[in-house]
Amino acid sequence: MVEKILVQGLNCWFGESHSVKSLTLEVKENEILGIIGPANSGKTTFLRTINRLNDLNERFRMKGSIKIDSEDISTLDPEVLRKRCGMVFALPLSLPMSVYDNVAYGPKRHGNNDKKGLDEIVEKALKAASLWHEVKDRLNASALKLSGGQQQRLCMARTLAVEPEIILFDEPCSGLDPISTAKVEETMLELKKKYTIVLVTNNVKQASRVSDRTAFFLMGELIEIDVTQNIFVSPKDKRTEDYVTGRFG
Amino acid sequence: MRKGFDKFIEKAIFACGLLAIVFVALIFIFLLIEGGSFFKEFSFLSFLSGKYWYPTSTPAQFGILALIAGSFVVTLGATVVAVPLGVMAALYIAEVAPAGIKDILKSGVELLAAIPSVVIGFIGMVTIVPLIRTTFNLSTGLSAFSGALMLAFMAMPTIVSISEDAIRAVPWAYKEGALALGATKWQTMYRIVIPAALPGIIAAVMLGIGRVIGETMAVMMITGNAAAIPQSLFDPVRTMTATIAAEMGETVKESSHYHALFAIGLVLFIITFTINFIADTYLRKVKK
Amino acid sequence: MIRLDPKRSQNIAFAILLIVTILIIVPVLLIIGVIVKEGYSAITWEFLTGMPKDGMRGGGILPAIVGTLSIVTCAICITLPIGVLAAIYLNEYAKDNLLTRIIKLSIVNLAGVPSVVYGLFGLGLFVMLLKFGVSIIAGALTLSIMELPVIITTSRQALNSVPYSFREASLSLGVSRWQTIAHVVLPNALPGIMTGAILSIARISGETAPILFTAAAFYVPRLPHSVFDQVMALPYHLYIISTQIPNMPKNITYGTALVLLVMVLTMSLTAIVTRYYFRKRKKW
Repeated sequence: MVEKILVQGLNCWFGESHSVKSLTLEVKENEILGIIGPANSGKTTFLRTINRLNDLNERFRMKGSIKIDSEDISTLDPEVLRKRCGMVFALPLSLPMSVYDNVAYGPKRHGNNDKKGLDEIVEKALKAASLWHEVKDRLNASALKLSGGQQQRLCMARTLAVEPEIILFDEPCSGLDPISTAKVEETMLELKKKYTIVLVTNNVKQASRVSDRTAFFLMGELIEIDVTQNIFVSPKDKRTEDYVTGRFG
Repeated sequence: MRKGFDKFIEKAIFACGLLAIVFVALIFIFLLIEGGSFFKEFSFLSFLSGKYWYPTSTPAQFGILALIAGSFVVTLGATVVAVPLGVMAALYIAEVAPAGIKDILKSGVELLAAIPSVVIGFIGMVTIVPLIRTTFNLSTGLSAFSGALMLAFMAMPTIVSISEDAIRAVPWAYKEGALALGATKWQTMYRIVIPAALPGIIAAVMLGIGRVIGETMAVMMITGNAAAIPQSLFDPVRTMTATIAAEMGETVKESSHYHALFAIGLVLFIITFTINFIADTYLRKVKK
Repeated sequence: MIRLDPKRSQNIAFAILLIVTILIIVPVLLIIGVIVKEGYSAITWEFLTGMPKDGMRGGGILPAIVGTLSIVTCAICITLPIGVLAAIYLNEYAKDNLLTRIIKLSIVNLAGVPSVVYGLFGLGLFVMLLKFGVSIIAGALTLSIMELPVIITTSRQALNSVPYSFREASLSLGVSRWQTIAHVVLPNALPGIMTGAILSIARISGETAPILFTAAAFYVPRLPHSVFDQVMALPYHLYIISTQIPNMPKNITYGTALVLLVMVLTMSLTAIVTRYYFRKRKKW
């Protein structure tokens, strides 16, 4: 498989705190790379560095490079970059508008104002996020009236509507019950046929269920990265083993 | 094209952000130029320390000591009345009042803030002024005392709402600690809450004073407008603000009198600037 | 010295606090009550729509009402967009640096400048230097600068109350910062901005000192034709008839005060109620 994201010697700081240390890894096209690790291990920081959302924080500094399709992200326009790397957040961040408007929001802001075209995009995105059947009769209802799981899939649909290549998931199921979680995971597996996915998760089991390869982060360092099965069955590093078997974290 | 528009609007946003600085600077420069030309003819020292304000007699005399004294007496009187009452009301609203009543009281204070100063001046003229004249058997009720009472009332919204914010900002954990030791709510309030909220309360008081010094219409209508150094609280006085408001309409533009009024404006600007600067320093402490 | 037991001293203290609070609130109601009682008999159609007569001792106050409305409308149209953009700068773009500190300090000080000093400034800049003369526009510009810090502060609070996560959700879709502000942040901050604006309108409607030498006229028995006309204004009119005119019929003075008060308080109450309503049904 082709590498989609290539990270080389990445270091990130917030003020004085060094949150990602000399990170080098690659994400292959159409894979799900799971990133696990305890709190403050730099997983989320890494994720938000990829789409340059950290740039908005004045205290953020970085060194090293991240390349997407061999293009350094620092040379890309952040808006173009973010359109290519969609992001789904830990808490379902539905905007306070209707279901339809949430999904149509991105395309509209990117200049698509054709009503028929938007209808199609919304339907397609909602279908891809396996939400269409649940909401097709209440597209004009407020998105905030949906359940947590539905809202999270709505956020996925909203991300898909701007046609990204990569989707960054930041602990997408942390607020969800097991049934909603299963739905979201199912959707993710469906999505990887078309998209490259980086999944940051606190839930070790979730990584074992959906990711193709898994990386283990600890205190800002990449301890180990391998095919998921190897990480869970025969980890090379003692710390990885301790973490995945639940001895700490 | 969208990108171009974004760039343009972001420039406009930045420009508007800078406007506050521009205006403060402009106001200062204007007062400095217009007021400054007064000091080409008259000495700064005799301006501040001169006892006589006779701008239209010949030769004209421009001493603002009596005006400063007027402002000072009225402000001091108003502060002495307003601060304890205002802080007490803030305590009641923030800590004691039941939730439903709290909203009503706060709206009441906000309504007070909304009443125009000229309306308060008018009401003062027809109520407080005659009341004070008869109670204290004076020849006129238009006095520093009446002015101070009305101004205390007008400073209330500022003092109450900012003190209340400061009191509410005291972390719950502080109070919990004292209450857990068996202190009553009142003991907790005066031993823990008030000291902790003190910087905010000081800021509230400073801003209240700033408001009182700058108040124009009500003082002009109530204090009797006699430009003489008051011997007692019940003497009529004239403040700096009232002098500007009352006389600017009648001056000849670009005359010494005209420039003298700008010079008074400059003095007022410097006083309120200092007061606000101090208040802001205390408010900054609250935020930390 | 007698030591009160803590419970009793608490009761006494709370009672005193309550009395003081009542002491502050009751006069507010009294002022409103007195003005309504004494003034409502003056309120007739002719009073509201007629020109003043007999050296203002009779007739109506239409020119003063129209004057105040014109000054205030112009002022808010100038100050609202500028203030909101400045608030956007401070809340969305400004970095934590010296410039931002100076801007914030300027806003605080602008808010503290006495209203009569604004009057001087307006006289010097708009009336004299820019040669607008004593006019609606000179008064409106003066008031708009005076109200700018209030608009900036309330708008900033409104912007700040919109969760940061909304911005991230939008930015993460590749939407630009300005588009995010325009389509996500501003709509959600709008109720707060509008209540602030209404309160500002109420406040500047009652301001006298800043328009004293920039816009207000003693007596103009006709309606303004352009923004360069001098006008009568309600608060100034009230000042004049209550201090400068002997033998003024009492009910006309009270009636004028009532009209001004109703204008100002209706707007303030609207703002207070809207804010209460939006706070209750806030969606996030």
